[in-house]
Amino acid sequence: MLEVKDLKVNYGVIQALKGISFEVNEGEVIALIGANGAGKTTTLQTISGMLTPTTGSVMLNGVDITRIPGHKIVSMGLAHVPEGRRVFPGLTVLENLKMGAYTRSNKKEIADSYEMVYESFPRLKERQNQLAGTLSGGEQQMLAMGRALMSKPSIVLMDEPSMGLSPIYVDEIFKIIQSISDAGTTVLLVEQNAKKALAIADRAYVLETGNIVLSGDAKDLMNDDSIKKAYLGE
Amino acid sequence: MAMHQISLADDGYGDGVHRNIIFEREFLVMGFLTYLINGLSLGSVYALIALGYTMVYGIAKMLNFAHGDVIMIGAYLVFICTSNAGMPAIVSIVIAIGCCTALGMIIEKIAYAPLRKATNLAVLITAIGVSYFLQNVALLVFGSNPVSFTSIIPWKGLTFAGGQLKITGNAIIAISVCLVIMIVLMWFVKNTKPGQAMRAVSEDRDAAVLMGINVNATISLTFAIGSGLAAIAGALLCSSYPSLTPYTGSMPGIKAFTAAVFGGIGSIPGALLGGLLLGIIEILAKAYISSELADAIVFAVLIIVLLVKPSGILGKQIKEKV
Repeated sequence: MLEVKDLKVNYGVIQALKGISFEVNEGEVIALIGANGAGKTTTLQTISGMLTPTTGSVMLNGVDITRIPGHKIVSMGLAHVPEGRRVFPGLTVLENLKMGAYTRSNKKEIADSYEMVYESFPRLKERQNQLAGTLSGGEQQMLAMGRALMSKPSIVLMDEPSMGLSPIYVDEIFKIIQSISDAGTTVLLVEQNAKKALAIADRAYVLETGNIVLSGDAKDLMNDDSIKKAYLGE
Repeated sequence: MAMHQISLADDGYGDGVHRNIIFEREFLVMGFLTYLINGLSLGSVYALIALGYTMVYGIAKMLNFAHGDVIMIGAYLVFICTSNAGMPAIVSIVIAIGCCTALGMIIEKIAYAPLRKATNLAVLITAIGVSYFLQNVALLVFGSNPVSFTSIIPWKGLTFAGGQLKITGNAIIAISVCLVIMIVLMWFVKNTKPGQAMRAVSEDRDAAVLMGINVNATISLTFAIGSGLAAIAGALLCSSYPSLTPYTGSMPGIKAFTAAVFGGIGSIPGALLGGLLLGIIEILAKAYISSELADAIVFAVLIIVLLVKPSGILGKQIKEKV
């Protein structure tokens, strides 16, 4: 479904990604784990067209999207839940969800998506007329995820969905990611919470200063000694 | 009946306004109402110009100081179409709107779009440069001598209270046009797809991209709308103050910018409120305090408002992004 090949990204003279390659198959949950500054967010931003790589390619369902502008990638079935949630603070919850469906025009299908999102996030329905900026962090995360689902994506990129949330919300967010996956959407998950991420992922890649240093089955990685030591704090 | 005639000095737009102020209660009231309506009329023009500033600021996060000069270009275009080519007013206006819309989009594309990732200061300096460029081009093409703009509104207006209260056609049309445009614009932003895109881009540009919104097209549309409105504002302004020079747009431009800040920059209703208040304050200050000091009074009021409420009357507190 998603194929990243030899991706190199520079910020000025600093090379953030030094040629990474990985793939995400349909229906999988793939975790991308690594420390701060490893290049996780850069990877997602390059895939969704926010950044342009110096070399390398990104293929989505067989189409080369490497140089396609970000706003056109959404309608190709890729949604991105950005780091820090980035909900529209001055718009209501409902208006935020409406923005998520910006690329779609079939009113009936959009109405179905609202229903689906409200079913997964009952709290958003309760607060649909509240300004998004007044929501708690966990609620904003739910809104950001719901907003991404409103574009009816076949693959969702999620950047640190558990960051800064209370433990109760962290559990809830991971449950929701699991249910998004169960509903048939492919997930590429970037997380610092490696333990939780590996628990729901099928496979995982470990990023270190712009290189993929390890990859494999999530269950195997969870038992890998170096992973345990570096990322799971055991 | 004792009558005194007081003549007010030049009002800054080149046509000395002479009014009879009659010292009798009823006449004072009528005089006040006349000033109020003139203030609303001038304020409507400021509001239309302020819309261009406020929308561009809200969506592109920049101050387009060339906006005032687009008004001047719009007024010259209407002048050429009506006085030189003998076209009907409505056709001239449509042509001016079309040309200014295109001009706004071209300015954005050539001067501002390449600076999308540059510092605010670089963009500001560029905007000032574009402003002088437009003025100088106008000087070359039209010369520095003022031309006498014929009002596009032939209607004399309404007279009340046995001739004591006159509302000019210019005032009625300016106020109505401004209100209609405001209502249409607010509806547009709230209920249409491009309007929705404008709100998203003004809230968070990067997140808007992730929604599938074309940010460049949205900014371009904003300039188009603002510049189209500038053409209307230019025609209305010069219908009331008919002396047109290449510098005509500059002072109303600065005042409209003030109005936008006054009302809360980025807010469409704020531009309306700020524009109307500024127009009323200016005309009342000219009538009752001093026509020389009127502009100083206007800016003093602005400073006081901003001291009390730094985001303007209807402005939102701008959050620093982390």
